[in-house]
Amino acid sequence: MMDCRPEQVVYMDNNATTRVAPEVVEAMTPFLSDFYGNPSSMHRFGGQVGAAVRKAREQVAGLLGAEPEEITFTSCGTESDSTAILSALQSFPDKRHVVTTRVEHPAIKNLCEGLDSLTGHKHRVTRLPVADDGTLDLEKYREALSDDTAIVSVMWANNETGVIFPIAEMARIAHEHGILFHTDAVQAVGKIPIDLNKLDVDFLSLSGHKLHAAKGVGALYVRRGTPFVPFLTGGHQERGRRGGTENVASIVGLGVACELAGANMEEENNTVRKLRDRLEEGLLKAVPKSMLNGHKTDRLPNTTNISFEYVEGEAILLHMDRYNICASSGSACTSGSLEPSHVLRAMGVPFTAAHGSIRYSLSTYNTEEEVDFVLEKMPPIIAELRAMSPFWKED
Amino acid sequence: MWEYTNKVQQHFLHPKNVGEIENADGTGEVGSLACGDALKLTIKVDGNEVITDAKFKTFGCASAIASSSVLTEMIVGMTLDEAAKVTNEDIAERLGGLPKEKMHCSVMGREALEAAIADCRGVILPMAEGEVVCECFGVTDLEVIRAINESSLRSVEEITNFTKAGGGCGKCEDRLREILIATVQVVPVDQLQQEKPKRMTTLQKIKKIEEALEREIRPGLRKDGGDIELVDVDGDFVLVSLRGACTSCTKSQTTLKEYVERKLRELVLDTLIVEEAK
Repeated sequence: MMDCRPEQVVYMDNNATTRVAPEVVEAMTPFLSDFYGNPSSMHRFGGQVGAAVRKAREQVAGLLGAEPEEITFTSCGTESDSTAILSALQSFPDKRHVVTTRVEHPAIKNLCEGLDSLTGHKHRVTRLPVADDGTLDLEKYREALSDDTAIVSVMWANNETGVIFPIAEMARIAHEHGILFHTDAVQAVGKIPIDLNKLDVDFLSLSGHKLHAAKGVGALYVRRGTPFVPFLTGGHQERGRRGGTENVASIVGLGVACELAGANMEEENNTVRKLRDRLEEGLLKAVPKSMLNGHKTDRLPNTTNISFEYVEGEAILLHMDRYNICASSGSACTSGSLEPSHVLRAMGVPFTAAHGSIRYSLSTYNTEEEVDFVLEKMPPIIAELRAMSPFWKED
Repeated sequence: MWEYTNKVQQHFLHPKNVGEIENADGTGEVGSLACGDALKLTIKVDGNEVITDAKFKTFGCASAIASSSVLTEMIVGMTLDEAAKVTNEDIAERLGGLPKEKMHCSVMGREALEAAIADCRGVILPMAEGEVVCECFGVTDLEVIRAINESSLRSVEEITNFTKAGGGCGKCEDRLREILIATVQVVPVDQLQQEKPKRMTTLQKIKKIEEALEREIRPGLRKDGGDIELVDVDGDFVLVSLRGACTSCTKSQTTLKEYVERKLRELVLDTLIVEEAK
């Protein structure tokens, strides 16, 4: 089964998931073996586990500039997103309008598309368009807000292009209109500085496995005083905000991951950005008819999304896989649907390019040697596939 | 990640007959950049209408490239008449199978072959004369009907897997369902599921169960020399009697629960319990 070993791969798919940091694994292990007590128990054996969860809550809050009681642990980013949106709609049953964007992650996109059948009420959803470089028009955003708007949900950074949205300003505008603001910050947390104390953000979603913690744990920030209706009702865990016995080990790991991210953010960002830029510049130079998707500077330091025209993404990825290079594509064939990525289409990327888009997302575990290895392998892969393409004209 | 057979991987990584024949006797071009896959097939024939050479150029995913490659291998040495009989199922089979969502890649191969043969003979394909049903991928009703018949498609999802029709904006789904109903003359599976009422009278149940038995269950059992008969319906209990080879089969109880009951729950009512009549 497991025949592709971690030490063999060049892993540049960190927006999909990340390597669990060794420090995180070390912190989690005791709670998977000896310290199995229930954090809610009255006895000390469980109580000490409760203390570990408390510490993790402080660590997560610390990274976000939030108070510990504003953090609720969940199972994933998707759960956090659903909780926030559905809570707002239930808190304001008279308001049936949601403002979001055309480039959201499926966790928000599909939730908003299905609101009517999910809630049994008719909703209006405004999906803000983006420009060619993936950025938003704030004028259109202001125009979209109305008395009927229950919540605005805008991702902090896009998973496919890394483009960063002006969340501070957008949240401020929402509050000027008395509207709740949610941000899916799954790709942003740990990669860019966030200080929620200074912002008008009411809800923020994050996911552990995108920042070197384990899969199966996420968190939702809920600003103190924000009306809240739980998504999972049950026991009194998470102060009644999310029933279900805590995923202790993963929560403890998430705490450590947040602390690591906060401690090294600037330094790591500089290293990762240098590697990303080396890769990006090298590819755009070495491969003719290649182009960058997304804004060049308003972008996460680890992400680059490049289109290689006249070739198809899945074919590129499978050739890369021969060299154990891991990345993603926005092509139709990789998604299981028949259309290329909704993000690239919203940006107006031509089909000739959208089908051949590859997303490289780096982390601090990448090295310059790996970048150079990818730079060596990519041009011949693209050339070989283009030689096979009926649309490619050598000139 | 798709589960591709070794054969698909071989043909994808080391494709045969890549290129374009100069002064080809027949050229078939299908698909487009917008669609995400396209194939240009060129063939050469001798005086006896035997295909002596075939080359392809493909834009698309691994299964599109592999389907094209294996197709060129298959048809060299065939007469045009023989090649005209190659179906998409033949192409997929030669590759050891394709994931169902990728079957349209094999259909693209067959379409390019047909176009190349027609070009060779100087005739116009009827497919091009059909009415476009799916605007996103430019699929005509004739192509849809042909796929339904050739590959025994029974749901809109299957039509999408094989022809791509309905895989874009999805606006043509109702039309595809109409075509499906008109072509196979029965209510398609997904329609049946949608219409599944929560409460049914015993008479309604019997009717639905009989329908499901006849269309979905009996053909499978008959293949193995068995058969099934509906004896009675009592509330949610469905009493059946197994016939033919089924009566002596040691696996008959498993068949009853795992296959018959599951199918009936899926198609008729999800509370049904199937039992063998004594």
